Amino acid sequence: MELPRRFCLAGLLLMAFAFSAGCSPHAPSITVATVNNADMIIMQRLSPPFEAATGITINWVVLEENVLRQRVTTDIATGGGQFDVVTIGSYETPIWARQGWLQPLHDLGPEYGYDDLLPSVRQSLSLGDTLYAVPFYAESSFTYYRTDLFEQAGLTMPEAPTYTQIADFARRLHNPENGVYGICLRGKPGWGENMAYLSTLVNAFGGRWFDMGWHPQLTSPEWHAALSFYVNLLATYGPPGATSNGHNENRALFAAGNCAMWIDATAAAGHLYNPNDSRVADRIGFARAPMEVTENGTSWVWAWALAVPASSRNAEAARQFVQWATSAEYITLVGEADGWTVAPPGTRRSTYANPAYLAAAPFAPFVETAILSVDPTRPTRDPVPYVGIQYVGIPEFQGIGAQVGQVVAAALSGQQRVDEALETAQSIVERAMRDASYIP
Amino acid sequence: MTPRTRLGVLPGDWRLLSPAVGALALWMVLPLAMTLWFSFQRYNLLTPQLRGFAGAANYATLVSDPALWASIANTVVLVGSVLVISIIAGLLVAAIFDEPFSGRRMARLFVVAPFFVMPTVGALIWKNLLMHPVNGLFAAAARGLGMPAVDWFTDWPMASIVLIVAWQWTPFAFLIFLTAMQSIDPSVREAALLDGADWRDRFIHLVLPHLRRAIGIVAMVEAIFLLTVFAEILVTTGGGPGLATTNLAFFIYIKALLQYDVGIASAAGVIAILLANGIAFFFMRTVSRSIDV
Amino acid sequence: MTPSLPRRLATTILGWAIALTFFLPIGWMVLASFKTEVDAIAAPSLFFSPTLENYVAVHERAPYVHAAANSVYLSLGGTALALLLGIPAAYRLAFFPTRHTRTLLVWMISTRMLPAAGVLVPMYLLFNWTRLLDTHAGLIGMYALMNLPILIWLLYSFFRDIPTDILDAARIDGASAREELRHILLPLALPGVASASLLSIVLCWNEAFWSLNLTTTDAAPLTTFIASFSAPEGLFWAKLSAASTLAIAPILVIGWLSQRHLVRGLTFGAVK
Repeated sequence: MELPRRFCLAGLLLMAFAFSAGCSPHAPSITVATVNNADMIIMQRLSPPFEAATGITINWVVLEENVLRQRVTTDIATGGGQFDVVTIGSYETPIWARQGWLQPLHDLGPEYGYDDLLPSVRQSLSLGDTLYAVPFYAESSFTYYRTDLFEQAGLTMPEAPTYTQIADFARRLHNPENGVYGICLRGKPGWGENMAYLSTLVNAFGGRWFDMGWHPQLTSPEWHAALSFYVNLLATYGPPGATSNGHNENRALFAAGNCAMWIDATAAAGHLYNPNDSRVADRIGFARAPMEVTENGTSWVWAWALAVPASSRNAEAARQFVQWATSAEYITLVGEADGWTVAPPGTRRSTYANPAYLAAAPFAPFVETAILSVDPTRPTRDPVPYVGIQYVGIPEFQGIGAQVGQVVAAALSGQQRVDEALETAQSIVERAMRDASYIP
Repeated sequence: MTPRTRLGVLPGDWRLLSPAVGALALWMVLPLAMTLWFSFQRYNLLTPQLRGFAGAANYATLVSDPALWASIANTVVLVGSVLVISIIAGLLVAAIFDEPFSGRRMARLFVVAPFFVMPTVGALIWKNLLMHPVNGLFAAAARGLGMPAVDWFTDWPMASIVLIVAWQWTPFAFLIFLTAMQSIDPSVREAALLDGADWRDRFIHLVLPHLRRAIGIVAMVEAIFLLTVFAEILVTTGGGPGLATTNLAFFIYIKALLQYDVGIASAAGVIAILLANGIAFFFMRTVSRSIDV
Repeated sequence: MTPSLPRRLATTILGWAIALTFFLPIGWMVLASFKTEVDAIAAPSLFFSPTLENYVAVHERAPYVHAAANSVYLSLGGTALALLLGIPAAYRLAFFPTRHTRTLLVWMISTRMLPAAGVLVPMYLLFNWTRLLDTHAGLIGMYALMNLPILIWLLYSFFRDIPTDILDAARIDGASAREELRHILLPLALPGVASASLLSIVLCWNEAFWSLNLTTTDAAPLTTFIASFSAPEGLFWAKLSAASTLAIAPILVIGWLSQRHLVRGLTFGAVK
């Protein structure tokens, strides 16, 4: 019986240790929930001077995007009041603001520099004219390509390619024997994964999610053309296992040198340029996201933003924090502390006027053009009743996108034909819209 | 317990049972009552202004959803195949580890280790480091042998999930079977050996009957956890392609945490409870008899 | 009954082949945790220059010690509470069976079959009303109740293996339930109790739904530590591997230390 007794003793000691670790006295403290993207991790690391200057203690909750979203939504919708600052995106902000879950952030003071914010980003975080979340960093999407491979093949990437051209390049560069695949695209099901990309592709082909009467349009010829194109392109010239590749997996593939082209978020550029994370750091070129029959909605805009929930019990400290973390001074702080390549992009005009940033980040003008050219209120060729390019700005879209994403993955894996898949998807969306009383 | 007198609580006293039963009842009844209540409500977290009594509408919506039936079928396939694989593999591995060999203690820990790994971590290892069709270890091995790399999650989605989950649960079965085997009376073994019974005879006629109760317990404990397998699916296939790997737990996840539809999710939860009770009834008729309740 | 040498050799090779197959994924992950990010995403290779940079990065970013301490505290606490409730109940069920015993056992286990995501909102509301969100007490209670049915089942079966005549003798002396449990039953069943506890500790340790949803910072265990490394934008495999290695190391050590005990403990009917 010697062992169990020692076991218990060790357990008790550890418990005592854990308990003492768990309760330290708190000055004014705020709980900040954020995603584990590289830029937020830098924010976490740079925050001690802010804490020292203000006397505010920050408790960090850093979680993977999907987990964070469900965690924060549950808490805010049930009035749990666990968080003082939450990290949300352009999709959630207007929806949550409409429910009265967020405190307005339009009055952080004149020194905040509201006019410095890029208009399309500011607009995507507003409900009406009121700003409900302040942008931490913003991204658009564009085409990455390998300059060395294009050179070898004697090809030139135009500044604004079409999907027809992209398909032609993919065919010529596809070389699986040497571990190079013509194109990498998102295939992992999810409203923020394959559906984000596919929505821009559908837009490029002239399609839309809903007509003005909220009737789903998934069986339209445009959707059919777009999905057929996607399945053919990716099944023929894509890497194996495309149905489980999301943004992260594709970024790893591109960084390992397995992709000749990749159409995805601009936010990956800074990291692909970093030779510690990437084998192709010196061989990357950029072009706009491809178009086809229209230019509208071919590249997305997404902002990660900080907001203060209405249920926050330390709203004043929380507002101080979001003001600091999204200010122009903070961007300079990152640039000087960690290098300008990783400064939070896409939020302020002053960033793109800064010579230090432009010198360090050759992709910066592409990103700025992409973000400025996007108009989320006119996301498609034909008129639509919704805002949002790679999403539809209604609460139901997360569920719809998740389910349609699965059907698209089934078409990509060859389980379902394209027309069957679109019929299934159409009936899923019709059901959801009927249940939510958009259509009879 | 309040044993102040010499006798205190008598050994057969029902009060010994009541704290556990009471706590469990409370734990079951409160959430269950709330779930039942919500299942008749129209309640989406994101549109709280549309709240109200929904009648049986949530159930009607669910029952007419083809994804529900597909997910129930997938649940049965997943639970069934992992149960069969882990019990058979567990028996075989335990039979080998029942024999003495060099370094057995260390080897035993190696076999048990997968059970100690968090499901998310285990699934991430399999997906990114092993089964990845471009940079995974399996793909490299296949290429080394001159074979094409298998695209696991596209071509064999359910089989891949079963493989990962079976890897996690076989060690559990192994551990319990091994212990049970080692408790077989040595004199009975000697007798069997003297009778000239070979390895297979001894396994079938001596070991298996002895393991009846252990098999029952393994089947039951595993079934409980396999019914709610979720993390492995989320990080690998996301329920797809199509509905190929959507089980009931993942289906409810989509309803509850992507659509935030508390009404539908609660109704699906009630259906899951009914299914679980069906399985519990099945256990009551078969397994619990074998473990001699 | 010593096996012949060739036979022992064959068993050794077979046994180790199986062991290494099971361990391969974990071993490969540990290996990846010592690679640079660039090596980790490249084609698999055993030859690379090892680095500790991932461990340094993980350590800088997340409060490992705090999370590990919480994991230990919650797993032990939940298990201890479950034992406190479960031992008397299993004792009563095992030695004084009635016609309701089987129904009660099956009902207990069926409380475990509810998919967690389906009751998240009711649970969250309950935890919010009782002010238990992000507290150790709340999660310990949760874990205790989740593992109670499994613990009762395992204990029940261990107790059933103890010959009743030993207890009868004590009972004639007029022992109370507490004395009988403490002085006779528990010493006999201790290995079984220990192994059931270890099982319950492992299950608490790896529980990733409620620990993620019901904690924020104070009570957050290792599963939330892992969730801050899994699938960040960019998927840093080497850092994820390092974080995962750190997360499973303590429980592997506990498993190793107690495994002889565990195997002896799970011996059904050892005391016959």
